[in-house]
Amino acid sequence: MAGLIPASVIASAGPDSTLPVRARHVSPAREAWRRFCRHKMAVVSLIILLSMVLLVVVGPLLWKVAINDIDFSARLKGPSWAHPFGTDDLGQDIFARMLYGGRISLAVGLAAMMMAILVGVTVGAIAGVSRGAVDAALMWLTDLFLSLPQLPLLLLLIYLFRDTLKTAFGPEVGVFIMIVLVIGGFRWMPVARLVRAQFFSLREKEYVEAARALGASTFRQVVRHILPNTLGPVIVAGTIDVAAAIIAESTLSFLGLGFPPDIPTWGRLLFDSKDFLDIASYWAMFPGTAIFLTVLTINFIGDGLRDALDPRKVM
Amino acid sequence: MNAPLLKVNNLVKHFPIKGGIFGRVSEKVHAVDGVSFELDAGETLGVVGESGCGKSTTGRCILRLIEPTSGEVWFDGKNVTNLGKTELRAMARDMQIIFQDPYASLNPRMTVGSIIGEALTIHKLTHSAREYEDRIVELLETVGLNADHMRRYPHEFSGGQRQRIGIARALAVTPKLIVCDEAVSALDVSIQAQVINLLEDLQEKFNLTYLFIAHDLSVVEHISQRVAVMYLGRIVEIASSHDLYTNPLHPYTEALLSAVPIPDPTMKRKRIMLQGDVPSPIKPPSGCHFHTRCPIAQKPLCNTESPTLKHSSDGHWVACHLRG
Repeated sequence: MAGLIPASVIASAGPDSTLPVRARHVSPAREAWRRFCRHKMAVVSLIILLSMVLLVVVGPLLWKVAINDIDFSARLKGPSWAHPFGTDDLGQDIFARMLYGGRISLAVGLAAMMMAILVGVTVGAIAGVSRGAVDAALMWLTDLFLSLPQLPLLLLLIYLFRDTLKTAFGPEVGVFIMIVLVIGGFRWMPVARLVRAQFFSLREKEYVEAARALGASTFRQVVRHILPNTLGPVIVAGTIDVAAAIIAESTLSFLGLGFPPDIPTWGRLLFDSKDFLDIASYWAMFPGTAIFLTVLTINFIGDGLRDALDPRKVM
Repeated sequence: MNAPLLKVNNLVKHFPIKGGIFGRVSEKVHAVDGVSFELDAGETLGVVGESGCGKSTTGRCILRLIEPTSGEVWFDGKNVTNLGKTELRAMARDMQIIFQDPYASLNPRMTVGSIIGEALTIHKLTHSAREYEDRIVELLETVGLNADHMRRYPHEFSGGQRQRIGIARALAVTPKLIVCDEAVSALDVSIQAQVINLLEDLQEKFNLTYLFIAHDLSVVEHISQRVAVMYLGRIVEIASSHDLYTNPLHPYTEALLSAVPIPDPTMKRKRIMLQGDVPSPIKPPSGCHFHTRCPIAQKPLCNTESPTLKHSSDGHWVACHLRG
């Protein structure tokens, strides 16, 4: 890496050298974008994901078939011009339902990931910086959460709080908040451990010591020197979490604990289709492909981001 | 005679080793075991010794990057050892450190400009963006780099250039004392010479004081006015550079000097081979730490009483019962 710089640079680097001062200023964000663009799979993934997002955002405005338009004469019809993704057992248009449900699935995935990362990084960073008793207490908490039987607890939480949130924020927003909290609240532990371990190794690095010697406060050491260097693993963990959150939401919907049955999230569609796999396999394939594509593209984007944000990688 | 810039008084650092189920302290590593010395403004004191003898720990304790177990460090009339957090941060403007490994000591995610400029931001040394940039360019040029290097990342530089960046970072606060912790040990010999010359130029230009920690005796001889030799956490001999190299008194110094290679194959001299390894700093030997390997040790005296630094001749101090 360092060998790329010819030795003559040192020789020519005297105070009298007449190299242009402050030549071409490239902002870090632009530079990161340029490096991201070098990552072919990440760019393709970004385009696919963005078009999926665009589709679920503006799609329902263009494809004006109602999601609950029951038509028994068109039960379980395969893809056609009238119904691009076919119809379900009640003759409802799957394409319309997927456009609508995609909003919720994507939003749940991203919001739950943000929450898991936020809580995980905060807990991990505090534990990693303070060590001693605070660290021990926070790690107990992490282990406690890891050892909790999640499904029974989810049931309990949802029974306890669903009605309160529903009355406070309305049925859809209320359930959305609850599901994000529940999924995010059970996914932060691996991130916390990851961040804590990184902190333990990074805080002993000489550049952190140098910052301390320069009189940097603990906050500055963490924010400027330690956190940016934990970014890579956290981004990867985050992309995995998006996938896991979308799948977790499907599980909850399946158990009847997620959104009400009449809200067709991708997970819900998938589970509704399970009894008709032999006669209407397209019904499972479209939502399945959507989840698969989302998870895959987010993983590639995560890879690209990690490389783009790491200046050591030659791109 | 002016008061010394830095005065270290009986500095001790023990690292506890936690063992057992309840994490109680079972043993301690005696990294630094009662080190005292003085350093005048504008002077360079070399500190030499084998790996693990406590050189680096001493340097870090002076800056309080490691909290000393006991002892005092006086810098410019202030007792560094009992400064509060805020005062200690302000103290960073006077004392700086250059690290051994130029690859580990620069944050890979920061540009060279922001690495050097960090101290300016922390201590609010510049008042406008323009001034900030100018100062960074000035620092880069002081250490023999140029303004163009400001927007690059550390990995784009060679080892020697990286060390120059580390030096520029230390210079940003215009310190009085710089602890050079093996500052040239990781570099090629030709680059070592460049960096040492740079350090000497800077000393002259800014009237810097160096505590130069190294294990390469010839480098230390070249740059230092005085040299302290450490063995297992203690200073065994301290003298002017010339005096120490021509007339070593402590048997350990003698052995150390006889190990310096002479680039002349026809030269013959007596090599003093020490027996055994350095004893563990967890259980250092009783009495004189060196008695287990010393060729001239005398039994009842050397293994019971630990020698203090005695003044032997002008500015030459040695910690040995039998010499000096």
